[in-house]
Amino acid sequence: MHGHDPLHLLHAHDRNPGVRHAEPLADFWTYTAGLGFAIALTIASFVVSQTNLLWPPGIPVGLLVLAIAQMGVHLVFFLHMGTGPDNTNNVLALAFGVLIVFLVITGSCWIIANLSANMMPEMHPMPMQR
Amino acid sequence: MSLAQVADYVPTELAVGRGGGGPAPTRIVVAYGFWIFLLSDIIMFSGMFAAYAVLSGNTAGGPSGRELFDLRNVFIETACLLFSSYTCGLGALSAERQRPDSFYLFAALTFVLGGAFLGIEISEFAGMVGRGAGPSRSAFLSAFFTLVGTHGAHVTTGLLWLAYMVAQVLVKGLRPHVLRRLLCFSLFWHALDIVWIGVMTLVYLMGAR
Repeated sequence: MHGHDPLHLLHAHDRNPGVRHAEPLADFWTYTAGLGFAIALTIASFVVSQTNLLWPPGIPVGLLVLAIAQMGVHLVFFLHMGTGPDNTNNVLALAFGVLIVFLVITGSCWIIANLSANMMPEMHPMPMQR
Repeated sequence: MSLAQVADYVPTELAVGRGGGGPAPTRIVVAYGFWIFLLSDIIMFSGMFAAYAVLSGNTAGGPSGRELFDLRNVFIETACLLFSSYTCGLGALSAERQRPDSFYLFAALTFVLGGAFLGIEISEFAGMVGRGAGPSRSAFLSAFFTLVGTHGAHVTTGLLWLAYMVAQVLVKGLRPHVLRRLLCFSLFWHALDIVWIGVMTLVYLMGAR
């Protein structure tokens, strides 16, 4: 690609802007491999939650790890998140989204756990019928 | 040496999407914009996940997740969504390769699997409401119906969108702008599956223990 006719690179993009024909992002085997990994992780999640294969107090953490792994499989194999130059913006946006999701969920749990820990004894447990 | 000249030294093939090499293809720009929308949707779901995590213990004397959830149903629902994601991906692939017949087949499979998921979810909801465990019973059930119901509403929207896309392919054929809309649909459908992994893990697997 380098070294020979410098016009080669120009001609590669000598079309109207924005209509370059994109090569397919994936093939049959990408989706099939993703399906295989996702099935394995789903079954692992159900097994972990229904048996005492893991140390019982660690089961929620185990389930969380399996869920995050499966989300990663979906992102890579189904949504085609990758390291290609066309993907840089998508990955940056994803990183920002993950940050916000993390802040919303852990922040809410943290604050509410603090509030219930500081509740007066006679108000606890808080009635929340209606 | 001016900045513009420096930019000229970047090999064009490597610079697309990094600001060099001219505008990115429409397909990339459309997918990026839709991806931003999907992330905002996922952030909305994160608020509901946070509400559920906070409220899941407040059953107000009513039934808890352990009494209400049937994990066999949840497993079938998960399998339906996962396989529909797979057939949706294969359908997008057939469309890109200009094979309308296999696109119709995979679109129909996706629709049937998504519809099966929705049917199981609706019968689960109806059963819970029938047992007096509706959204007004406790804070736990309000949060449950909000989170799982919003996901179900997204799946319903996705099914309507899929039917609409099949109609577009029938009428207009697999033209570039129809292909871009299909790309957005398949991103939407895969993102719904990602949200479902969170629902399955946090609500059902942790709740049924």
